[in-house]
Amino acid sequence: MESVVSRSGWWLAALFISTVAMAKAIDWGFAVHMGIFALAALIGLVISLRTTDFHAAARGILRLPDDQTRYDDDLIRFGVIATVFWGMAGFLVGLVIALQLTFPVLNLGLEWTSFGRLRPLHTSAVIFAFGGSALIATSFYVVQRTCRARLAFPGLARFVFWGYQLFIVLAASGYLLGISQGKEYAEPEWYVDLWLTIVWLAYLAVFVGTLVKRTEPHIYVANWFYLSFILTVAMLHVVNNMNVPVSLFGSKSYPLWAGVQGALVQWWYGHNAVGFFLTAGFLAMMYYFVPKQAQRPVYSYRLSILHFWSLIFLYIWAGPHHLHYTALPDWAQTLGMVFSVMLWMPSWGGMINGLMTLNGAWDKVRTDPIIRMMVLALAFYGMSTFEGPMMSVKSVNSLSHYTDWTIGHVHSGALGWNGMITFSCIYFLVPRLWGRERLYSLRMVNWHFWLATLGIVFYASSMWVAGITQGLMWREYGADGYLVNSFVETVAALHPMYLLRAFGGGLFLIGAGVMTYNVWQTIAGRLRDELPLYQPKHDPAADRPLTAVPAE
Amino acid sequence: MSEPHSTYETLRHFADSWGLVMLTVTFLVLVLWPFRPGARSANQAAKTMIFKDDGDGE
Repeated sequence: MESVVSRSGWWLAALFISTVAMAKAIDWGFAVHMGIFALAALIGLVISLRTTDFHAAARGILRLPDDQTRYDDDLIRFGVIATVFWGMAGFLVGLVIALQLTFPVLNLGLEWTSFGRLRPLHTSAVIFAFGGSALIATSFYVVQRTCRARLAFPGLARFVFWGYQLFIVLAASGYLLGISQGKEYAEPEWYVDLWLTIVWLAYLAVFVGTLVKRTEPHIYVANWFYLSFILTVAMLHVVNNMNVPVSLFGSKSYPLWAGVQGALVQWWYGHNAVGFFLTAGFLAMMYYFVPKQAQRPVYSYRLSILHFWSLIFLYIWAGPHHLHYTALPDWAQTLGMVFSVMLWMPSWGGMINGLMTLNGAWDKVRTDPIIRMMVLALAFYGMSTFEGPMMSVKSVNSLSHYTDWTIGHVHSGALGWNGMITFSCIYFLVPRLWGRERLYSLRMVNWHFWLATLGIVFYASSMWVAGITQGLMWREYGADGYLVNSFVETVAALHPMYLLRAFGGGLFLIGAGVMTYNVWQTIAGRLRDELPLYQPKHDPAADRPLTAVPAE
Repeated sequence: MSEPHSTYETLRHFADSWGLVMLTVTFLVLVLWPFRPGARSANQAAKTMIFKDDGDGE
């Protein structure tokens, strides 16, 4: 009883503070955001006063199994549902903005639906909402299984999950309202940054706490990758968001660093967000779920350690390749380029390690669509970690930078590597978490695989053509020494490529829709009546002894 | 070079010399550690530990 009283006291205090901040807000966006904080505190207050009712209702609606295993899995179930939900939202906004680039009339002439505001909504929804929810859910799953221990600080773990979802809502609504720091992948303003810092430190505490209470002597390599992801993202986030707010009751702030120093800090952050959020975190998934699904240990444990330390030591220096031919000193640009090129080797070491896990069981690529998805994810990991170092070479970058080639590169990594490995983890997790015999349909996984693959092929190849066209048109000089093409001519030349890109994105979204239906039905406990994907053919006519033919 | 060094030059000099040596040695030790003689059984145990829990906690 005492704990209910003190807990609701905290919620009431949060409600009070955010309501006061809302009343004193000096701009409209800040008032809306404090209103969202107040709403979250109100929901927390109601739930803490009536715990049993709401928990039972959630269990019923989400079909959460009653029998608790020795692991704390409810949060992971919420996390899987959040991943699917944010994935659909993020992919849908991606398709909308791809169509806006093709047909500008779709901007609707409204500030809230213009490309400039929807674009960060798309990037944050897919990276931080879809990817982040998947990382939190899988890290809690993997750390419990490999440590053979229940999650440490269960209350704090719940705060991490719901606090992170609140961060997503604040970030997303802020972009539509026009609240932005204008830093790529770090758009949320100072008070949302502070909130994420608190949530992230709680995440670190839960993860490290679980590692500390482990009953296994060795910490499995997947946890090394997860821990490096959590620690590095904390460091990057805090340093890149050192801002001074204009007012404690306003949404605007200014960074401590200006000019080229600010640019370097931003891209030190930006590239390591790719390196530690989208690479290290998802490699952690790879090192646990690929061996589990293939039912074979990882090809080489030594190679996985080599992979880990090489990524840690090299990635952190690669950021300056985003600032080639800028005011950044030449030596810093060259350093960024050299370290990016060196990264190619450990990345391919990791890809080979993942793929060779299937050594001796390659038939699973044909018979198991989840393994096939994992193999495609690793193939795209290899492809984009080759393309990236190549694009960071200064002479290549002079052609590729600021063109759609960069967008194509990012998407072959994000859709191919992050998307496919996340989908395969969801397919692995859902039947286990809800205690189902198998997925609703394996044939739908196959459909998802081919829709997504075809979508990525359309996306990446159209952007290669668009980017190289754009780069060549921008640098084309006539005999008189003037540029041949105006900017708008280059835009018109890309129109067919933009259409093809939107088509590819549409296929990818349809594939994710098939996954959503499949996950929904699996959770509901249904099994689709379908033929297995592969079974040996039986020919009764041939299944008999040879008839002896009498000698002539 | 009689003029006093700036903070930038001091740090730059350290990064080019002892800083570089320190990072390289740390990196090599960490990377070569699992390749030490006698680590084979530890590596084997580490990579198969995820299958000890095949019931997924049920």
